[in-house]
Amino acid sequence: MTLARYSLIATAVLALAACGKQEEAPAPDAAGAPAAAAPAGDEVIKIGHAAPLTGNIAHLGKDNENGVRLAIEELNAEGVEIGGKKVKFEMISEDDQADPKTATTVAQRFVDAKVAGVIGHLNSGTTIPSSKLYSDAGIPQISPSATNPQYTLQGFKTAYRVIANDVAQGGALGEFAATNLKAKKVAIIDDRTAYGQGLADEFEKAAKAKGVEVVGREFTTNQATDFMAILTTIKGKKPDVIFYGGMDAQAGPLTQQLKKLGIAAKVIGGDGFQTGEYIKLAGDNAEGQFASQPGMPKDKMPGFADFDKKYKAKFNTDIQIYAPFTYDATRLMVEAMKRAGSADPAKYLPELAKTDYQGVTGPIKFDEKGDIVGGQVTVYQVKAGKWEAVATVGSPAAAPAAAAAPAEQPKQ
Amino acid sequence: MDIFIQQLINGLVVGSIYALIALGYTMVYGILQLINFAHGEIVMMGAMITISAVSILSGSGVNLPGPLLVVAGLLVSIPITMLLGFTIERVAYRPLRKAPRLAPLITAIGISIVLQQVAVLIWKNNPRSFPDLLPHASHDFMGAVITDLQILIVVLALVVMGGLLIMVEKTKLGRAMRAVSMNQSVASLMGVNINYVISMTFVIGSALGAVAGVMVGANYGLAYPTMGFMIGLKAFTAAVLGGIGNLAGAVAGGLLLGIIESVGAGYLGPITGGVLGSHYQDIFAFMVLILVLVFRPSGLLGERVAERA
Repeated sequence: MTLARYSLIATAVLALAACGKQEEAPAPDAAGAPAAAAPAGDEVIKIGHAAPLTGNIAHLGKDNENGVRLAIEELNAEGVEIGGKKVKFEMISEDDQADPKTATTVAQRFVDAKVAGVIGHLNSGTTIPSSKLYSDAGIPQISPSATNPQYTLQGFKTAYRVIANDVAQGGALGEFAATNLKAKKVAIIDDRTAYGQGLADEFEKAAKAKGVEVVGREFTTNQATDFMAILTTIKGKKPDVIFYGGMDAQAGPLTQQLKKLGIAAKVIGGDGFQTGEYIKLAGDNAEGQFASQPGMPKDKMPGFADFDKKYKAKFNTDIQIYAPFTYDATRLMVEAMKRAGSADPAKYLPELAKTDYQGVTGPIKFDEKGDIVGGQVTVYQVKAGKWEAVATVGSPAAAPAAAAAPAEQPKQ
Repeated sequence: MDIFIQQLINGLVVGSIYALIALGYTMVYGILQLINFAHGEIVMMGAMITISAVSILSGSGVNLPGPLLVVAGLLVSIPITMLLGFTIERVAYRPLRKAPRLAPLITAIGISIVLQQVAVLIWKNNPRSFPDLLPHASHDFMGAVITDLQILIVVLALVVMGGLLIMVEKTKLGRAMRAVSMNQSVASLMGVNINYVISMTFVIGSALGAVAGVMVGANYGLAYPTMGFMIGLKAFTAAVLGGIGNLAGAVAGGLLLGIIESVGAGYLGPITGGVLGSHYQDIFAFMVLILVLVFRPSGLLGERVAERA
C-alpha cells in the first residue's frame, strides 16, 4: 500500500503546487509594473491594465498592454492638464492569467491602489467577475476585447467596452455561414469559457434562424491540445462548416487535426483566433479558413496606418489584435477626465458615458448599457498565409441609420 | 463503425505518447521508489530545444530533408536533456536519498516549477509551432485515417519499451539496475556502483523524455513551456495504472489510458444525453487513477510488494 499512499500524497501536493503557481506569477509583474513612470512634481494618475501576461495567450495580453503603454507615453509627452493642473499618467499592469479567480484578485488590488480607471480585462471570463468589484468601488472599466454580452447586461454603470459584443459577432458569423458560405450543416465546438461559449451560443441562434442545421455540439477546454476524439465524432456527422468558439492556441492545432482526419469542412470562428499566431500554429492548414473581428478591417480604420507605424517603431513587433482598441480606450478615458476637469471616478464617469471619440479604430460612442454604438463585424479569410477581409457584416445595431442618429444616450 | 475505429486509433496514438513518457516515470520509480515529477518538464524541454535547434539549423542554410533535420534537432536536445536529468538527480535527489520519502517528492515538484519558469524566460509564453518536417501522409484503414507520423509514434513506443526490457534483462547495467532496485545496500556491498546506476537511469529516462517531447510536438504541431504539467500527470497516471516500476506495465497503462480517454470523449455526450460533454475528457484519466488506487493499488501488471519499513 506504500505506493497508494504516496501517490495520493503526490496528487495532493501537486494540486497545491498548481494553486501556488497561480498566485506566484503576478508578483514579478507587480514589481515591474510602474513602467511608464512619471517624474516627480506633477500629480500622478494611475490607470490599471489587466490581461493575461503569462500562459498560452500571453502574446495577446502583451499586445493589449503595449496599446495602453503607447497611449500613456504619448499623453505624458504631450502634457495633459486636468482641471488646470498638469498631470502625469502611470500604468499599473497586472497579470490575470486569463483566470477568473486571479482576475478578481487583480481587481481588488486595483481597487486598493485607488486607480482612476481600468483598461481590461482581455477575456470575457475575467472581465465579467472583475466588473462587479469595479462597480462596487465606482471605478470605470473599459474592456478592449471582452465580447460576451453578459458583461454590459449586469446593470453596472462602470462597465464599458469599445468592441462589438458577441450578439453582433455571433450573429454576423451565423449569417455569413448561411449566406456567403451556403452552409447546410454546421458543427459547433467551444472551449467552455464565457467568451467561447457565449459566441458559440450566438452563432448557433443565428445559424438556426437562417435554417442551417446544427449537427453536432462538442466541447473542449482552453488548455487542450488534443481534439481528435471530438473531431472524429464530428466527422461522422459530415458538416459543411465547423464553428470554433475559442482562442488561437486551440484553434491552430484543431485545424491541423481536422486536416489529419481528412475533414473537408471549413473552419470559422470569432476574434479569438483572427491572429497571426493562428496561421503559424495551423501552418498550411490555415489556408482558406475564416474568422471574424469586431470593427472595421484594419486598412479601413481611420488611424490604423499611422498607429501601426508608431507601434512597430516602439515595440519592434507586429500588432496582434487589440492594441488599437486598448490605445483608444485609454485615450478616450483621459478625454473624459479632461472634460470633467477631474480624474475622480465619480466626477468623470458621467462624461465617459457621453463619449463621442474619433479613435484609431473608428468613431466610438456608448449606448446606455456601455456597449459601443454602431459596432461592425468584419469576416476575414486566410489567403496565401495572410488574413484578408472578405466581408463586413453590419450588426442590427450597426445599421448606418442607427449610427448616424443622435445616439447621445447618457448612461445615467 | 469507422468512427469507432478512428476513436480507437486516436486513443492508440495518444496512449503511445503517454506510454513513452510513462516509461521515464516508471524507470526511476523502479529503482528509487521516487516519483520524478520533473519528468514532464524534461519532455517539454526536449520539445522546445528541438524546435530551437531545428529553426537555427534551417535558418543557417543547412539543407536536409525534414526527418533528418528532426534527427539533427534530437541530437542537440537529447544530450542537453540527459545532462539536465543527471544534474537534477545530483542536485535535488541525491542529497535527500536518506531523507523521508516526502522530501525528494517536494524537491521534484520544485524542480518542475523551476524548469517551467526557465523555459518561459528562454522561449516566452507563446505556443511555438512545431515545424512540419515529419511525413504525415494519411492512410485509409477500414474507413479510418492514420498518418505516417502516428504510425511512427506507436511503433516507437513499442520499440523503446522492447529496447529497455532487453537492456534491463540482458546487459550488465540492467543487471546492476535490478540489483539496486531490490536492495541498494546489498547491491553496493556486491560491488555495484549505485550512484552510477542511478545517474544512468536518469540519463536514459531523460533521453526518452526528449524523444517523447518531440513526438508530442510533432503530433500536435506545437509546444509551449507549460505543456509538461498535464501530459506528465497523465503519463504518471498511466504508469500507476500499469503498475509503476514495471516497464511493460507503463506501456500497457499508457495505451489503455489513451483508449479510455478517446472513446470516453467520443461517446460520453451521447451516453449521458448531453449532461456531461466531451470537455470532461480529462477527468477520465483521474477517475481511472482513483479507481486503480482503490481496487488494485499495485496497478494492472504491478507485483504486490510487502510494505517496506
